[in-house]
Amino acid sequence: MIVEFGHFALILAFFVALIQTVMPLIGAQKRWSGWMAVGESAAVVQVLLVTASFAALTYAFVTSDFSVALVVANSHTLKPMLYKISGVWGNHEGSLLLWVLILAVFGASVAWFGGNLPPTLRARVIAVQGSIGVAFMAFMLLTSNPFLRLETPPFNGKDLNPLLQDPGLAFHPPFLYLGYVGLSVAFSFAVAALIEGRVDAAWGRWVRPWTLAAWVFLTIGIALGSWWAYYELGWGGFWFWDPVENASFMPWLIGAALLHSAIVVEKREALKAWTILLAILAFGFSLIGTFIVRSGVITSVHAFANDPERGVFILLILGFFMGGALMLFAARASAMEAKGLFAPVSRESALVANNLLLAVSCFVVFVGTIWPLVAELLWDRKLSVGEPFFNAAFTPFMVVLALLLPIGAIMPWKRALLGRSLRALWPAAVLALSLMLLAYAVQTGRSALGPIGLGLGAWVVFGALTELWQRAGRGPLAGRLGRIARLPRADWGKAVAHGGFGVTTFAVAAMMAWQVEDIRTMNVGESYDLRGYTVTLASVEKETGPNYFTTKAAFDITRNGAAVATVYPEKRVYPVAGMPTTEAGIDYGFTRDLYMVIGDAQENGSWAVRSYFKPFANWIWGGAFLMALGGVISLADRRYRVAAGQRARKLNAVPAE
Amino acid sequence: MIRALTLSLALIATPVLAVQPDEILADPVLEARARDLSKDLRCLVCRNENIDDSNADLARDLRLLLRERLVAGDTDAEAMDYIVARYGEYVLLNPTSQGANLLLWIAGPLMLVLGGGIAFAYLRRRRQDGDAPPEALTPEEEKRLAELLAPKK
Repeated sequence: MIVEFGHFALILAFFVALIQTVMPLIGAQKRWSGWMAVGESAAVVQVLLVTASFAALTYAFVTSDFSVALVVANSHTLKPMLYKISGVWGNHEGSLLLWVLILAVFGASVAWFGGNLPPTLRARVIAVQGSIGVAFMAFMLLTSNPFLRLETPPFNGKDLNPLLQDPGLAFHPPFLYLGYVGLSVAFSFAVAALIEGRVDAAWGRWVRPWTLAAWVFLTIGIALGSWWAYYELGWGGFWFWDPVENASFMPWLIGAALLHSAIVVEKREALKAWTILLAILAFGFSLIGTFIVRSGVITSVHAFANDPERGVFILLILGFFMGGALMLFAARASAMEAKGLFAPVSRESALVANNLLLAVSCFVVFVGTIWPLVAELLWDRKLSVGEPFFNAAFTPFMVVLALLLPIGAIMPWKRALLGRSLRALWPAAVLALSLMLLAYAVQTGRSALGPIGLGLGAWVVFGALTELWQRAGRGPLAGRLGRIARLPRADWGKAVAHGGFGVTTFAVAAMMAWQVEDIRTMNVGESYDLRGYTVTLASVEKETGPNYFTTKAAFDITRNGAAVATVYPEKRVYPVAGMPTTEAGIDYGFTRDLYMVIGDAQENGSWAVRSYFKPFANWIWGGAFLMALGGVISLADRRYRVAAGQRARKLNAVPAE
Repeated sequence: MIRALTLSLALIATPVLAVQPDEILADPVLEARARDLSKDLRCLVCRNENIDDSNADLARDLRLLLRERLVAGDTDAEAMDYIVARYGEYVLLNPTSQGANLLLWIAGPLMLVLGGGIAFAYLRRRRQDGDAPPEALTPEEEKRLAELLAPKK
């Protein structure tokens, strides 16, 4: 009954979304405030209905209701509760419902927090947001209904893919979707502005926090996914340039470009058309990502042929929204003339360079991702585009970006003197260069990658610090430090996020250049040396988990006789899904991880063992966390809180009068 | 229940880990070359995994084949050509730049030049244009402005 109720709520939500799309659009055109206001109520009703629907599906999973086809395919009574819940979105239909739920939440948020928007713009944003909801709910109801019942319920379910039964991956999709779908708000703002025919500084200010929030979520989602791959896949890789990863990376890159260009719109009223285009493309890449992941077309052209219905539907959605938005853009973009003037050497120009590099690097990822498909369709060539290509074709853009970042960030608006900006940065440059030379001298081997990564990362981090220092003005040290602490949060957010980019840049290079790998067979009780650590295989035991069997090893790690850690890598088999997984035993450290994997038993009774010394591994996600934190700090800046402050003042003022 | 689980467990082939200890060549120079080349070869039955990281049996066969060729005295290029001749272009994770693939490789630089050109033209125009007059306010905005500017009681 509850399941049917969920299905019904979803159908109702679809019709509410239709109303949310049509009435505010007409209302905004005819200036009927009543019709415009319908959008807000509809957005709130829609979020309530979709929440009810989502709750119903969650209930079916939690109670293991095996009359529902989706629960049978993705759950099992023995599965731990966390994964029963995460199983709701660990599959195509359920994750779509989560997607629609987040979409509805964002739509309602515009209604709730958009109080300071002009009424017509607000109505149009909510309407466009509603139209995306219509498309995706139609997609669900017509091709991917999560509430389908089975005529004869089986005794138990088929279990969730064991690789997905992991805390990191339980929260990875919700964050990714918050990011993907958050970009839909920027898209709605862009389309609404095109319909209005007007983009000004205020528009830049409105659209930026939404973009920033979406980008923060996307950053966290990508970092979680990459961290999961690191500890789960059994050899400590953290990025594979897989089409599915690229699908999340492309909107991230364009989102990053968008939140930078929106600053130029807000502060200088320039780059308007370009910013609108980026807002459209950012969500476009979210949709392309959805298409890539859900249709399976990139993995294999034949997967698409097996289930063309869904793929074609998403292509239609993509075609409708991108085609419509881009046509609108072509018709209206010329009306958005820029006002702010600036010299070729200025913060504005630096941000143009930032946008150019981010957009082109996204283009490279895009071309590389779809190339196998293009080659097969056009020239009947079956080929692969993998990690080596992306490393070679993508990295140069990031290197140039990192080189330019500190210089551009420190330049003043309108007109900058290159000499002055560079003079301010010379201590940062000297420090970075000396670190680079030091690393080159100290490292074993003659790899250039490690030192260059360290130099670039240090340059970006010290550049961010230099900027904070500069902003504090002149005078005695104490006063300067006090002023640094009181700088606007936007400045702090910028410094923290840029610093995070530097940290990640360094850590990725360090990991690739300086990691040590060891593969051997050993008996229980034997020891070996791993980069100065003594590793002893203490024991290997067979154990039984809640829904799996495991071979669990214990490694004692010591250094100069002092105990460092004991780690327990496992090799699990999930019998229901028939899948083995590896659980690495990792000793996390600030400057290094020790990463142990237990392999198969050998014929002579010894065990295959793989181990890695991973330098600065945590810094990769630490840097990503800093980038996200920077975004959050920036979101807390005063200029985004002004509206809230006004409301508080009004409330306070009432009793005083 | 448990018996059923144990039975199904027995039926599952245990996975082979990526590079096994018994595969490693005695000569460290040859082994290092094999590892480097392995990173550019795709495991044909996997999703976007190179044979060095893959657990699949086919990846193991390819790793052994590659090492055989290197031990036989092939250069890196010869060994790769040998494998491509047998398994097709699909096996290369690093696509060649021959024929239409050239487009793939120059797509990025080409776009950078194109975008850079457009950006440069835009920056020049931004400097030359006179200051545009501020946009006129709409009647509603005028009204709102008047409200805001009206003295508070």
